[in-house]
Amino acid sequence: MKKGINQILKCGAVTWILLLVIWQIGSLFYTDDFLPGPATTFAGAGVLIEDGTLATDISVSLQRVLRGWLLGVIFAVPVGLCIGNFKKVGWVLEPFLNFFRFVPAIGFITLFLMWFGVGENSKTALIFYAVIFPVMINTIAGVRAVDQSLVEASRSLGASGRTIFFTVIAPSAIPQIFTGVRLGLSGAIICIVAAEMLAASEGIGYLIYTSRLYYKTDWIFIGIFTLGFLGFLADRVLLFAGRKFLYRFGVR
Amino acid sequence: MYLELKNINKKFGDYQASDQVSFSIEKGTLAALLGPSGSGKTTILRMIAGLEHQDSGDVFIDGVCVNDVPVEKRGIGFVFQNYALFPYMTVYDNIAYGLKLRKQDKETIKKRVTELLDLVGLPGLENRLPGQLSGGQRQRVAFARALAPDPQLLLLDEPFAAIDAKVRKELRAWLKRMVEQLGITSIFVTHDQDEAVEVADEIIVTNRGRVEQSGTPIEIYKNPKTPFVAQFIGESIKLEGYDKLKGFSAKFGESEAVIRPEFVKAVRTGEAVDFPSAYEHGVVEETAFRGSYTELQINVKGLKISASWGLEEEPLKRGDEVDVLIYRLYVFHDGEAHLLKNELLTPGDVFYI
Repeated sequence: MKKGINQILKCGAVTWILLLVIWQIGSLFYTDDFLPGPATTFAGAGVLIEDGTLATDISVSLQRVLRGWLLGVIFAVPVGLCIGNFKKVGWVLEPFLNFFRFVPAIGFITLFLMWFGVGENSKTALIFYAVIFPVMINTIAGVRAVDQSLVEASRSLGASGRTIFFTVIAPSAIPQIFTGVRLGLSGAIICIVAAEMLAASEGIGYLIYTSRLYYKTDWIFIGIFTLGFLGFLADRVLLFAGRKFLYRFGVR
Repeated sequence: MYLELKNINKKFGDYQASDQVSFSIEKGTLAALLGPSGSGKTTILRMIAGLEHQDSGDVFIDGVCVNDVPVEKRGIGFVFQNYALFPYMTVYDNIAYGLKLRKQDKETIKKRVTELLDLVGLPGLENRLPGQLSGGQRQRVAFARALAPDPQLLLLDEPFAAIDAKVRKELRAWLKRMVEQLGITSIFVTHDQDEAVEVADEIIVTNRGRVEQSGTPIEIYKNPKTPFVAQFIGESIKLEGYDKLKGFSAKFGESEAVIRPEFVKAVRTGEAVDFPSAYEHGVVEETAFRGSYTELQINVKGLKISASWGLEEEPLKRGDEVDVLIYRLYVFHDGEAHLLKNELLTPGDVFYI
């Protein structure tokens, strides 16, 4: 009996029920335009699902996130490995990194629109920008935390610098690189809203931003929940894949 | 001489890690670098490997000066204290690592790895990851990996430090057998004198960056040359004012000496059979059971002397009176240790009643 209660508490269901209850009670005091209750929101979700808007928005946003994130990872991992491993590269590039990582992607919206146009390119660039910093910083940290005795072991067995880079440094840094890649993905999802608030005609961010024009507050809620759910799901999938394929490198 | 170090000096900041270190080792020898923590033994090993570079002095391997030869070209095998196995590679890939670097073909590598796994007694574990092995097994894999490229010199840094006591004993014997079987010149670092005495053909005792003495375990044990070695080896105890004891007179004007339990014979009062005149009278102050014997702390003329007491003898307790015969002591003069024998035991004084 006690075990059963613990199990229910542990799985997080209580949190969600509590949230729904508070939300419902709260919504009784306000109009639907200000704070729609769960029932109104679910009804709204039904409409959005039925006419296919939600599916389209999700798919468009996901594509943007994936494109920006993949490009970011492909760029940031090798660069991070080089900055971490080669002192001179680090000296030249780290100042840039340490400056721009404090400038949020949102700060670049206007510039990117100007430079890359109103199409997909500006959105991809924004997400790319949001992704590369966590990935690079974690990759660099991973390289610098490599157990020196592994490097020495490799050298004592006859390895040269290049071999050490590919057989010791890079594989040893994988757990931290993976952490960076995960953080990059959440960064990309966070950033999609900013990217789609300007000059977009589809996507979750667009849904959230434009719903205000029609007083469809329930749609804003749907957009928020969808983002949270997508982020959670994407992270789970990534973690699952990481544990499955990178287990031997220490991804747990 | 296969390996030779000449006047090696090494400083880390202000800390003199090696101070005029010189020694040499013959081909096929299993040598131990023995010393307390911070005595510079690991630094010496790392300089031989080329993982550290001396400030001055020369290292010769097989007659060739290797000062400017980097570690990857020295042809040494190094076993690290924490084994340093690549955690993301299988046992097979770990052992094959050095062979792949030498561009050997797949068949040769496979044959060699299988052969090494048999040698270290781990056949069939090729596909395990290091994380799935016990400490002793990892140690063996590290050993196999170091041996795979057929090095001329095997260096082991505290090879048994991270292994529990029981397995350690087995591994020591195993390492000695293995090195003898392969005939590879090997040096291992240890702070454990039992380990050095048990495993090594030759011991190099280090202290504060200097080599105090080198020689066979028996030489080191029986004839310590310096005060440090005399105190570091065996269960040595310092004695202040040894010249009070019968048969010993103050030599060199010093009154400090070192004694070990095996230099002392204790009997119940009045039971001495040989040289009764050479025995001192003492009182048991403490007894401690040590498993295979009892250790006695005996007060002789105010000096604390320890001796062992067999389990077959009738047990002694605190306050019991005993007669004590001291065979020998080590005394020091000018940084050298000298053996002092009990003068009453010299053959000239022997007479039988």
